[in-house]
Amino acid sequence: MMNKTLCLNSALPTKDSNAPNFSQKVAALSQQAIHTCYQCGNCSAGCPAAFAYDLQVNQIMRAVQLNQEDLALSAKSLWLCLGCATCSLRCPNAIDVARVMETLRHLARQQNKITVPVVEKFWLSFLNCLRAFGRSYEIGTMVLYMLRSLRLTTDLDLAPQALAKAKLGLLPHTHAGRAAVGRIFTRFAESEAQSKRDKEASSCN
Amino acid sequence: MQLAYFPGCSAKGSSLDYELSTQAVMAALGITLKEIADWNCCGSTPAHAVSSLLSSALCARNLDLAARAGADLLATPCPSCLSNLKATSKRLEDASFRQKVNALLDAPCAETLPKTTSVMQAMAELVSLDELAQKAKLSLKGLKLVAYYGCLMSRPAELMQFEDPENPMLMERMLTALGAEMLDFPLKTACCGAAFGIPQRPLTAKNSGRILELAANLGADAIVTCCPLCQMNLDLRQAQAEKAMGRRFALPAPYYTQILGLALGLSPEDLGLAKLVVPMDGLLAKLTPKQAPLASEAPSSEVSE
Repeated sequence: MMNKTLCLNSALPTKDSNAPNFSQKVAALSQQAIHTCYQCGNCSAGCPAAFAYDLQVNQIMRAVQLNQEDLALSAKSLWLCLGCATCSLRCPNAIDVARVMETLRHLARQQNKITVPVVEKFWLSFLNCLRAFGRSYEIGTMVLYMLRSLRLTTDLDLAPQALAKAKLGLLPHTHAGRAAVGRIFTRFAESEAQSKRDKEASSCN
Repeated sequence: MQLAYFPGCSAKGSSLDYELSTQAVMAALGITLKEIADWNCCGSTPAHAVSSLLSSALCARNLDLAARAGADLLATPCPSCLSNLKATSKRLEDASFRQKVNALLDAPCAETLPKTTSVMQAMAELVSLDELAQKAKLSLKGLKLVAYYGCLMSRPAELMQFEDPENPMLMERMLTALGAEMLDFPLKTACCGAAFGIPQRPLTAKNSGRILELAANLGADAIVTCCPLCQMNLDLRQAQAEKAMGRRFALPAPYYTQILGLALGLSPEDLGLAKLVVPMDGLLAKLTPKQAPLASEAPSSEVSE
């Protein structure tokens, strides 16, 4: 349901005509011609997560076109998008809509607008294990996620079958590359911190 | 024949049966899979959801390992790994992005990286349908199956280069060649709900439920899968999907390699069939020895032993 009105004024050029507006920024980061969306609605019609969305994909596309940054980045839909790319396949203007959604997720994260925190908690739990072991560690991810989200009974109904069929390795697989993967994560965290510092410095000037 | 191989993490955990059956089928077809040493996780959905750069650095390390092992083609059974590897190769064409990725690695990745493909496409490329049928020991005649590809085998279409992205037919061609009756399945590329079974169960239960319901309504003996996550959602999580849809399915969701393996005469142990949560007993009972080809179809030079 959409209860916020799209404000047309924000589509007008910004004061500083050199600074890219939100729509241009998303277009550049996603490398997609956002302005060609003409609201046919194919993306929303084919979206398997539409029933759970607060803002439908075509509405998000419109919000981006109209520079409604806060509206677009606060949408819970960004975190419920399954990444299946049905929208991208069916867009008559060949916009990779799933990539636009992913770009918006990245921007929302950077601005700390995480409107469905459990989803991010799950991802971070997965990445913590990956950083430590170099490969995914399913039980470790589940335990971290349950602790982080305080959803301590997640998938307990599956435990008897998963254990009986030995679906999950009890121990992480170790391999020589785990340290190299750890270093990738460390350098990534450093580069993120650096770009954050750069941004803060430039906004002060 | 040898093929550089990236198994992906699921192969060592929740989809061990996909790994077993992939290895067994490829061996039976005369193809040796050469696992790249010391590979790491592709980062899966969480890495690219957080950052394209992180995802690509994790994948670039694997592509580099394969390049240094002399591979010009790298195959993986997992559509999600493949999608991440392919997206990385594409992004690395941009020099400034490559520079950023290299900065995260211990050493810059090789200039020329191997092409990537799915095990399924590599198999189809190396073994013709006639050869596949010739190597079969059992017939799938009498089996009604639906093939389910999920999202990532064919999407994004330009990146994945897999069949008609809305209506892939590769599994249908293989399984038809082995005698199975393949039913039209309009949800063959619909999304199963991906990894949201953990943080947002209704998303996965409803989407998987819809897919299982259609397959059951069509009268399929099994829904044949090719992705570790799809398979888990349709099999291990089938009870959750049943609850969401308010009906029971009891529909087996084997990997295509398990079905191919059965036709090739491999044992249930070799194919990890005991790992399936919804058992395939009913389907196994329907398998019959392959009939000798009709005289009109095959030259009569082959004298029976």
